[in-house]
Amino acid sequence: MLQTQLLSNHHFNFGRRGRDSSVGRAGKCDVHRLEEGPPLKAELTREQGLRYYRIMQTVRRMELKADQLYKQKIIRGFCHLYDGQEACAVGIEAAINPSDHLITAYRAHGYTYTRGIAVKEILAELTGRRGGVAKGKGGSMHMYAPHFYGGNGIVGAQVPLGAGIALACQYQGNNQVCVALYGDGAANQGQLFESFNMAALWKLPCIFTCENNQYGMGTSVERASASTDYYKRGDFIPGIRVDGMDVLCVREAFKFAAEHCRSGKGPIVMELKTYRYHGHSMSDPGVSYRTREEIQEVRSKSDPITMLKERMLSNNMASVEEFKEIDIAIRKEVEEAAQYATSDPEPPLEELCNHIFSNDSPLEVRGTNPWARLKSVS
Amino acid sequence: MAASVRCFLRSGKNAVSALGRRGFHKSAPAAVQMMVRDALNQAMDEELERDERVFLLGEEVAQYDGAYKVSRGLWKKYGDKRIIDTPITEMGFAGIAVGAAMAGLRPICEFMTFNFSMQAIDQIINSAAKTYYMSAGFQAVPIVFRGPNGASAGVAAQHSQCFAAWYAHCPGLKVVSPWNAEDAKGLLKSAIRDDNPVVFLENELMYGVPFEMSEESQSKDFTIPIGKAKVERQGTHVSLVSHSRYVSHCLDAAVVLAKEGIECEVINLRTIRPLDVECIETSVMKTNHLVTVEGGWPQFGVGAEICARIMEGPAFNYLDAPATRVTGVDIPMPYAKILEDNSLPQIKDIIFSVKKTLNV
Repeated sequence: MLQTQLLSNHHFNFGRRGRDSSVGRAGKCDVHRLEEGPPLKAELTREQGLRYYRIMQTVRRMELKADQLYKQKIIRGFCHLYDGQEACAVGIEAAINPSDHLITAYRAHGYTYTRGIAVKEILAELTGRRGGVAKGKGGSMHMYAPHFYGGNGIVGAQVPLGAGIALACQYQGNNQVCVALYGDGAANQGQLFESFNMAALWKLPCIFTCENNQYGMGTSVERASASTDYYKRGDFIPGIRVDGMDVLCVREAFKFAAEHCRSGKGPIVMELKTYRYHGHSMSDPGVSYRTREEIQEVRSKSDPITMLKERMLSNNMASVEEFKEIDIAIRKEVEEAAQYATSDPEPPLEELCNHIFSNDSPLEVRGTNPWARLKSVS
Repeated sequence: MAASVRCFLRSGKNAVSALGRRGFHKSAPAAVQMMVRDALNQAMDEELERDERVFLLGEEVAQYDGAYKVSRGLWKKYGDKRIIDTPITEMGFAGIAVGAAMAGLRPICEFMTFNFSMQAIDQIINSAAKTYYMSAGFQAVPIVFRGPNGASAGVAAQHSQCFAAWYAHCPGLKVVSPWNAEDAKGLLKSAIRDDNPVVFLENELMYGVPFEMSEESQSKDFTIPIGKAKVERQGTHVSLVSHSRYVSHCLDAAVVLAKEGIECEVINLRTIRPLDVECIETSVMKTNHLVTVEGGWPQFGVGAEICARIMEGPAFNYLDAPATRVTGVDIPMPYAKILEDNSLPQIKDIIFSVKKTLNV
């Protein structure tokens, strides 16, 4: 067991243009329209620590494997990698229940995993095989799981969807909440403000969450947003800014947020300050709009996995060997998953037109020419 | 049924009192007359009662009783939870409706007119229509988007567009376009019970038009299958294929043409997507002539699709003349009455086109 001080001396700095983007004052989250924020202390058990470590490391290795497969041209199209941001997905999942709901945008592989899909099904979806979580029909941006609504390709569109899922929770009286994630780029979308308005009016149990990784594709936050206080952008909705590199901070903040929503107080806006090591996608090297030094600095000072490991080691909660064993096991799992993803066959052509409609009788679908009469079943 | 509906039998007698005098009647119960808006209201009322997951949201649907009074009385009966007034934020509330459908509810999302659906079209296409496919059958989206479509009267260019062709272009959507009150009731009930996204195109000018409702259609379980057209009038010389308000125009044109010995077969499409090509083909193979009639613009429209499909199928060889399309004029809708009247198909245009097609 470890009683730990949150946000102790961890500053999340950028040296660019002299702007010091540190996260929170020591020990506290910035809050908006809230009397109090999440607790300053958290308990971390050994079991929890090892679990969070394992999950974050799995996401990390999975994303790096995807990078490798993409460069080998085995993955094609869009591939937006999540390495660097692991503490967000893992911290959120640690705070909510599997019966709660979550929706995000296209940087979704990490959440697909934390919401319950195996690495091999994620990689096989990226390689477009029949064993992929969406049978090869969705690809990187369209993976789904129970109470996980993707994976959405259109920037911002997932946020009203998330508010709608929260409406369903309220309507059904099931005490569940919905976490609706978006990035700093999407934070300026009009439909977000439409969602904020309705969520506040109707007190929807929606945790609007901005994963602020400082860049919307190649545009830094200062160049895109008149206000970069994303946790305040909900205006009349309370907000909290959280160190998104610290899995415990994220967990405690989301426990607070979920309680806020479940108690009927309405929506809340979260801002997670985080960072992505890769560029926006695999077609973006990620160094034309930021320096390699900046990336390296975050890696060495704020890496979420390293921080957790060091915290546990310095508190004698686990040994170096134990972490090594976990790493080896994960490497094996990811390697086997990649094997599966590269050897599994592609989806059969007979299934090309299936899944147009749910619960419907079979229909005929026109192919590329009038004589191509294809069959579609639900 | 809303008490304010005035039902008239063909004789002009009040239907309610006629039904009340049931006592010694030996003849079948009188068919009821109902306006399209009341048929839509009844459909929603019955489905709201039948399934508690069904709810309605949109601008003015609750306390205002509906911008066109289609949802009159529903808020009073079902309350805030099931009938929700939204702010004027189409993209937001359409997205919310789609999200609610993903999470287990069965929303009816009303657009005050389909012109405003353009603001929400990304949610309709990318979030609703494509999701079942992208998820390989994991995530269904049981939602109905409904509202008035096409031209009204004097509302000018931004409020008069027909979206049938736009939505019917997209796989993953069903697109329905009822004509009369029975269509409205039966098809809306089917749309609400359908587990897929359905775009339900009503017509404002039809809302106040009364039609006879068969006894069958008065049942709470009356549905009309989506994807099946109906032959409203049998004929032998030409197939007139239409949807929504223009079915009336076709029937009126048929009456005039019959006096000159031309018998028109009038087909009411009822559904735009999936198109009931078989019904059209069967008709064309009988009449050898095809004229499509729609309110929308000609280019890349419903009529264009029908012509292409006929060419690709067995009915082509039975055509004695190229198919003809009667459509709205290819311009934004003007305001002045004389201009507006001449922007849309009139009965004389249909008559003229039929005669040209028949070369008489």
